[in-house]
Amino acid sequence: MLRALKLMVTGRVADERSVNLQRQGRIGFYVQMDGQEAAQVGCGLALEPEDWVVPAYRELGVALARGVPLQTLFDQFYANSNDENKGRQMPTHYGYRAYRYVTASSPVGTQIIHAVGLGMAARYKGEKSVTVPFFGDGATSSSDFHAGLNFAGVYNAPVVFFCQNNGWAISLPREKQTRSKTLAGKAEAYGIRGVQVDGNDFAAVYRVVQEARERAVSGEGPTLVEALTYRMGSHSTSDDPTRYRSTAEVASWKQKDPIERLARDLIARGWITEDQFEALQEAARAEVQAAIQTAEQTPPTSPDTLFTDVFKSNPSYVEEQRAELSELVREGVVKP
Amino acid sequence: MTQVTLIQAINQGLRQAMKTDPDVVLMGEDIGVNGGVFRATDGLYKEFGEARVIDTPLSENGIVGMAIGMALYGLKPVAEIQFMDFIYPAFDQIVNEAAKFRYRSGGQFPCHVVIRTPFGGGIRGGLYHSQSTEQLFASTPGLKVVIPSTPADAKGLLLTAIHDEEDPVIFLEPKRIYRTATGEVPEGDHRIPFGKARVVKEGSDVTVVSYGAMVPQSLQAVNAVEKMGVHAELIDLRTLVPLDYETVLRSVEKTGRAVIVHEASKFAGFGAELSAIISERALYHLKAPILRIAGYDTPFPYALENLYLPSVDRIARGIERTATAT
Repeated sequence: MLRALKLMVTGRVADERSVNLQRQGRIGFYVQMDGQEAAQVGCGLALEPEDWVVPAYRELGVALARGVPLQTLFDQFYANSNDENKGRQMPTHYGYRAYRYVTASSPVGTQIIHAVGLGMAARYKGEKSVTVPFFGDGATSSSDFHAGLNFAGVYNAPVVFFCQNNGWAISLPREKQTRSKTLAGKAEAYGIRGVQVDGNDFAAVYRVVQEARERAVSGEGPTLVEALTYRMGSHSTSDDPTRYRSTAEVASWKQKDPIERLARDLIARGWITEDQFEALQEAARAEVQAAIQTAEQTPPTSPDTLFTDVFKSNPSYVEEQRAELSELVREGVVKP
Repeated sequence: MTQVTLIQAINQGLRQAMKTDPDVVLMGEDIGVNGGVFRATDGLYKEFGEARVIDTPLSENGIVGMAIGMALYGLKPVAEIQFMDFIYPAFDQIVNEAAKFRYRSGGQFPCHVVIRTPFGGGIRGGLYHSQSTEQLFASTPGLKVVIPSTPADAKGLLLTAIHDEEDPVIFLEPKRIYRTATGEVPEGDHRIPFGKARVVKEGSDVTVVSYGAMVPQSLQAVNAVEKMGVHAELIDLRTLVPLDYETVLRSVEKTGRAVIVHEASKFAGFGAELSAIISERALYHLKAPILRIAGYDTPFPYALENLYLPSVDRIARGIERTATAT
């Protein structure tokens, strides 16, 4: 529980700082999870190291719960030369094979069906693991959501579909996404289990995912988990939510803040003190600050990496382009 | 070695790959119990079982997306899309996911999927069982595009796609010649490297560059013009990506004349790229304008498909005119 609180607090601090970094022009873009910490950390901690995570671009809490170091994440936000994804994508679109955390993309929902393939592959190789795709309420309208749940049902794939229903797909409210009463209810049509859970309740999410995981691993089939939560911030740093939703709605969810809720609960149980909670936040701020400093001091991505990883090895004409660019850079015609 | 058809060679290749490596799994519509609508996977379900020959629901994005997931894990999935005309629901998965996984992850997640699909016209299949849209894939960085025209190449290129390449491969099978193209196919683990074009017939007067079902068609045309004293060199590209520039340019430098034949639409088709490459790199060797003989820029017709597709006579006329242009 204490570990969960620490991860949630660290995530929130990292989020807040990152939005500011974007506003100051120090990083290019950001997608915050603000308000969804319990859902993400709860699900992330319920998984085992051998499980696979197939995220969207809003899953900082899951990445932290998987053990991805803050420094690694900030190196990605800065797209510097330590970024393991080599500066190829906008901030928050990261992945780390060592943590079985697949590199996210921007198209919504495409990862849902990948999870079925990963899960089936793991089962084929005799692994006792589950694969968990992360997605939001908007993705439940995508064709890959349909394909994913349908295929998982047909093959009884070891997959736990984790949907964070945060109320909004950019400007579209959940009610206009689908006439289905619940998103979890969609599972029924695919012949799989669907469960709704309070996504702002860490312990509830943890228990629901742990149970779904057990079922999937033991061959009892996939589950669609709908975690009810709220996107407190904007869709991304390019979005202004005051254009489409009321401050009253946001304020009402502020009352259900998942971090406050877990902290109050732990304090009431006497597991931590108010001072310890304060100290935990202070420690997170220092940790995030150190990661930012290091990321800023790390040299930028080298121009030469533009041409690597297109293929395992490049066709001759791509190598010609690489030589051409390096000449242009050398002569100062173009600058990174 | 016995004579087999192109579709039998594909079947042999798949069987060989599955015997060689237990990580090779197949998925697609009607490929299991039914053995595929063209019988490419005939007998494989019985031999290897349902865990490795997977009948899928009717969902192309599902098929390719599932294959991608398996490839991310480290298996070697070979997906079948029943007709190229139906590949577009999976376009997002192919272009945004498969083609970009290695790059976007900084090399952490290679995406080695092989996507086989029958393509091309000449079977009276109309709009939706005849399309050739290889250029859409050839112009997407990160994808390899392969098109065999003989049984031996079909098996050899397929085994290379599955075993040696570690990138997504779009493997296009010219269905018009599935059963008419016959030839000897080496037994066992026969592999042909990507990026090496085949000189089908040597000649000195004009270079003809083609691929897929237009290769046998072009060969007939080349043989026809030979009787008129025109010695054409015919090149079968085998792989569009990676492209064998050298073989094409060496030939054009020798002949000074180039004819490009494909059945896909002409405008912005792969012939445009070939023409540009020849213009950029061999212009001073040219004695005549480059000629593209291609499908017309209309949707693929049903009743009039023989007019749409480059015929032997149309190709022969183009070769003869290019060879004699002054």
